Amino acid sequence: MAVLLLAEVNDGELALDATAKAVAAAKSLGDVTALCVGATAAAAAEAAAKIDGVSKVLCAEDAGLGHRLAEATAALIVSLAGDYEHIVAPATTDAKNILPRVAALLDVMVLTDVSGVVDGATFERPIYAGNAIQTVKSSDATKVISFRTSTFDAAGEQAAAPVETISATENPGLSEWVEDKVAASDRPELTSAGVVVSGGRGVGSEENFAMIEALADKLGAAVGASRAAVDSGFAPNDWQVGQTGKVVAPELYIAIGISGAIQHLAGMKDSKVIVAINKDEEAPIFQVADFGLVADLFDAVPELTEKL
Amino acid sequence: MKVLVPVKRVIDYNVKVRVKADGSGVDLANVKMSMNPFDEIAVEEAIRLKEAGKADEIVAVSIGVKQSQETLRTALAMGADRAILVIAADDVHTDIEPLAVAKILAKIVEEEQPGLVLCGKQAIDNDMNATGQMVSALLGWSQATFASKLDIEGDAATVTREVDGGLQTIKVKMPAIVTVDLRLNEPRYASLPNIMKAKKKPMDEKTAADYGVDVSRRLEVVKTSEPAERAAGIKVGSVDELVAKLKEAGAV
Ligand SMILES: Cc1cc2nc3c(=O)[nH]c(=O)nc-3n(C[C@H](O)[C@H](O)[C@H](O)COP(=O)(O)OP(=O)(O)OC[C@H]3O[C@@H](n4cnc5c(N)ncnc54)[C@H](O)[C@@H]3O)c2cc1C
Repeated sequence: MAVLLLAEVNDGELALDATAKAVAAAKSLGDVTALCVGATAAAAAEAAAKIDGVSKVLCAEDAGLGHRLAEATAALIVSLAGDYEHIVAPATTDAKNILPRVAALLDVMVLTDVSGVVDGATFERPIYAGNAIQTVKSSDATKVISFRTSTFDAAGEQAAAPVETISATENPGLSEWVEDKVAASDRPELTSAGVVVSGGRGVGSEENFAMIEALADKLGAAVGASRAAVDSGFAPNDWQVGQTGKVVAPELYIAIGISGAIQHLAGMKDSKVIVAINKDEEAPIFQVADFGLVADLFDAVPELTEKL
Repeated sequence: MKVLVPVKRVIDYNVKVRVKADGSGVDLANVKMSMNPFDEIAVEEAIRLKEAGKADEIVAVSIGVKQSQETLRTALAMGADRAILVIAADDVHTDIEPLAVAKILAKIVEEEQPGLVLCGKQAIDNDMNATGQMVSALLGWSQATFASKLDIEGDAATVTREVDGGLQTIKVKMPAIVTVDLRLNEPRYASLPNIMKAKKKPMDEKTAADYGVDVSRRLEVVKTSEPAERAAGIKVGSVDELVAKLKEAGAV
């Protein structure tokens, strides 16, 4: 039984943490072949070859595969699908864009955001913003799966597996890339950070968010935000944590001026230690917090930053 | 241009979900149901396209139980022109899988020939995030998912997408499938006169069998369980106490 794993490649570079977590999740399903695609992907393929559990890497470099446009990448995966019983990827926005398209082309259902592997056909996934966990058994010949990275530990390193170059399939030419707006940051990546400091509507403005960022920098943490904070323009969209944003499970999550709506909790309640700072002692965030501090964030956050 | 907007009836996002004691699913009997919030955003966008003179007709479609007609009435009250209800289940607990929904939608697209299908990016019940991509695959159309901005000019649409790294803008050929994200717009509330008017707007009633689509599940639900509960925490009285507790717990 064989697994084809779509590695997460951004601008030619392997997103190691997300890919290694998906490899760890997929290992028990069979021999893992990692697929690296992009306008350039050779360096990513070399890096993927060193993830423990990868037995082979396929590398497809083609201008039409740049920026991971769904149509071209899905067509390539479908052309390879016959050799594999499982087609998997980390549950990133790229994979969420591509895998359902692959599944429909193969006439199979997709299993998104899988948080547990029971056996080769049976998987657990959260539904209703994580308020229920469903165990489902697939009757399809090919199982197309995205793995929720926050629930798996990243696979380690190994001596490099062989890399094979393959060619792209014909590009259907349905879409083209225009531009990316990606903010460069020295901070750790939100989904792999050991500590996350998140701010909500209570922070009040984009300028005030500097306070959240100062605390994060003191702790070497990534910065997160609630939907309300993103909608209000205090923080960029890629900081959103929750049901429809990123799912994180760091060692420490500090929620500041966040009420704790279920949609937010869906993205952080598996964190190891949760701290909440909120002036409303009734705020639902306190129900999931290990340590709750009822205080005005404008007093508490600078003090905390200083004393840590 | 005609715009097709699929809408799903789901548990209201404010309702606390209860897992049934026998593990068979989530209790949906006598629970407040609403239009999937992402689908409201899709309906709103379609209406704005019509108001801008870029669309001339909005057709809302819902696939599910008979009660989904309430969801369609909401879409009509917001401003959709007509509706198609496809009855594919009798029990409110039956969730039709995205693949089957996509197959039915693809058939409806063949009949209706819209220039654009606007879907919500995910349904807040099964959290699948799949239907739009699947419709697009079945039709061989271009797809633009997680849209926070949509501009249609001639035979192409420029779409800004919310992705893990930030924002990506792509240009897709029309006809296209666009799935919408939270920040595309803020949906309007239907006014009372529009709710009254919506009652007279046409709603076709079909069944999954009319489209020759088998809706039986590919993913058998083995069980549904409660997530692990977190142990109760404590309140600390000061920043000093918080720092001490964090050090004690080895968290900093
Ligand atoms: C379809 C859908 C998807 C969604 N997806 C997400 C998602 O992915 N992520 C997400 O986060 N939300 C999501 N939401 C939104 C969610 O329902 C909440 O509206 C949102 O999380 C609220 O953000 P908040 O806690 O920052 O704001 P609020 O609920 O307004 O809370 C602000 C908090 O700040 C506190 N506060 C104010 N001032 C101070 C002060 N000076 N000091 C201390 N505390 C203060 C207040 O007491 C309050 O508790 C979604 C909603 C829908 C409908």
